Amino acid sequence: MAELIRVTKVSGRPIPLRGNDIDTDRIIPARFMKAITFDGLGQYSFYDERFDAKGQQKGHILDDPRFQAKGTRVAIVNKNFGCGSSREHAPQALMRWGIKAIIGESFADIFFGNCVALGVPCMTASEADVNVLMAAVEADPTGELVVDVQGKTATYGTLKVTASLPPGAYSQLTEGTWDATRILVQGIEQVRTTAKALPYVRNFAG
Amino acid sequence: MGKTLLDKVWDAHAVRELPSGQTQLFIGLHLIHEVTSPQAFQMLREQGLMPPFPERSFATVDHIIPTDTRQRPYLDEQAEGMMSAIERNCREFGIRLFDATSGHQGIVHVIGPELGLTQPGMTVACGDSHTSTHGALGAVAFGIGTSQVRDVLASQCLAMQRPKVRRVEVNGKLGGGVYAKDVTLHVIRKLGVKGGVGFAYEYAGEVLDAMTMEERMTICNMSIEGGARLGYVNPDQKTVDYLRGREFAPAVEHFDAASTWWRAMASDADATYSDVVRFDGASIAPTVTWGINPGQAIGVDENIPMPSSFAEDEREVAEDAYAYMDLEPGTPLRGMKIDVAFIGSCTNGRLSDLREAAKVARTGKVKPGVKALVVPGSAAVAEAAEKEGLHEVFRAAGFEWRLPGCSMCLAMNPDKLSGREVCASSSNRNFKGRQGSPSGRTLLMSPAMVAAAAIEGAVVDVRDILGRNNG
Ligand code: SF4
Repeated sequence: MAELIRVTKVSGRPIPLRGNDIDTDRIIPARFMKAITFDGLGQYSFYDERFDAKGQQKGHILDDPRFQAKGTRVAIVNKNFGCGSSREHAPQALMRWGIKAIIGESFADIFFGNCVALGVPCMTASEADVNVLMAAVEADPTGELVVDVQGKTATYGTLKVTASLPPGAYSQLTEGTWDATRILVQGIEQVRTTAKALPYVRNFAG
Repeated sequence: MGKTLLDKVWDAHAVRELPSGQTQLFIGLHLIHEVTSPQAFQMLREQGLMPPFPERSFATVDHIIPTDTRQRPYLDEQAEGMMSAIERNCREFGIRLFDATSGHQGIVHVIGPELGLTQPGMTVACGDSHTSTHGALGAVAFGIGTSQVRDVLASQCLAMQRPKVRRVEVNGKLGGGVYAKDVTLHVIRKLGVKGGVGFAYEYAGEVLDAMTMEERMTICNMSIEGGARLGYVNPDQKTVDYLRGREFAPAVEHFDAASTWWRAMASDADATYSDVVRFDGASIAPTVTWGINPGQAIGVDENIPMPSSFAEDEREVAEDAYAYMDLEPGTPLRGMKIDVAFIGSCTNGRLSDLREAAKVARTGKVKPGVKALVVPGSAAVAEAAEKEGLHEVFRAAGFEWRLPGCSMCLAMNPDKLSGREVCASSSNRNFKGRQGSPSGRTLLMSPAMVAAAAIEGAVVDVRDILGRNNG
């Protein structure tokens, strides 16, 4: 089983993804999900926003020369990011594109949980702070955006904002239990006890 | 102090509190489909784990399955690959698969209730956001991602944070030509697409009480479109009657014990809620989406809202929607030409939906140039509809009658929009590109409204066809 990996700090070149209610169909269109692995999904992130019907680039920020960089990336988003479908293909695609942390005003529930399960922190910051951060990054995208998960801040140059996480996700990420399988499997005896007490598990017999 | 159904179910299924403060929650029913499961099975294999309760998982195929022919191998090689993967995975891990030849195949959220697998007081999880549908039976049901599918397979549990509960009451009586779909679109329109984040929606009130189980499924189905990961209706006599005699429902000799337990899981009269909102059913009109998320909806007799009517943080999405949909603010949506009509999906692909659409289909013929599809939600729905002759009604009116599956709801099979086509659709998402063409346009509405649009070739008010008093 996977080693415990604590996610306490993520830093990388920033990429702002502006807009409220960006749904997971937009992050990864369904036709790219016709596969039995997540391999190679990264290149299809935001595909229909990036390419027209002829496959020509439409000038999306993911293809903007100013925002090209190798290594870890940190995304900055607005409200309700990742709404819609439960497809884990969405965070998988972003992660494989390089995004290992996201700062935003708010996140859809299932998307948020999927990110935690991959060890990708989705930190929440105020609208004002997100705006300032986006503006700073758009003015100069060459800095490192440092997300201090443990300390609940995000720093870009001289700019430092508060970034929060709900307590459950905070502890999962910082203590390295975000891959929940191990801990859930450990509780198997208690699981059997809980199951036995549920009348439907016995088909209501006795 | 009284408890809500959510609290009772949560407490009964809580295995323990995890160090993170989350609950290790036992999952009573795990449903699986071909798109979000292959990677989960692979992870299980890599970690050398076997499901401890394989009999509590059931699989079917719905998303990629073609609706014109079931000839194997499928023409689409990728679809065939996914199909063989789920067959292999279910065999290897001892999970029952309802494949196309089983007689039980269908959209996962249609077959769960239909087979009596979904029951009140259960926790239900599936790698699919519309798992909220099963809440109609008084289950705590929610969508999960693929890593969580792996967790359920490995442990029959999930690490979860208990949501808050908002009671959404719809009182009064619906007018003629107004359906469950209109109620849910109205609720989302009013509470917003992110209004439900962090909440479970408990739907209640006179309108919900009067609804059939299938109508309640339509309402719970779209909870996620309002941001709520789960939605439920408290179990009542209708719930019990619905389950009686279904294949996986409790046996006759235990049924009374079951119904007593089920009814006891309903929220107490003095339960407390984090929030309560109320709507008047009589004020709801047939509702249609005009934009690119399900909250961008209007009554069919209203005009497309002006930019000034939106809160500042919604204006940008509205501007994006006008441009994408090619619509003018302040003009009516009624009369907008459509190219395709789609009746089906886990929202509105059940027998009662097809009956309502067929009532309208009897009044005319599909407008030449419009492609109209009826895709039953399951093999059982198809069979029941055919027994009533609904397929003949649709065919006579110029609709295609297809084999069950998700079809044009998300277009992972060959049923897709092309180019800028406009589709009147009984499904649940009008996101950009959702129906298979990156520039295709979707108008969500009730199945009766879709049938009416198919006949007129444009968005119309179904009440002009059916009258206003047949509610
Ligand atoms: S019908 Fe549509 S929303 Fe429902 S499960 Fe299938 S693809 Fe998902």
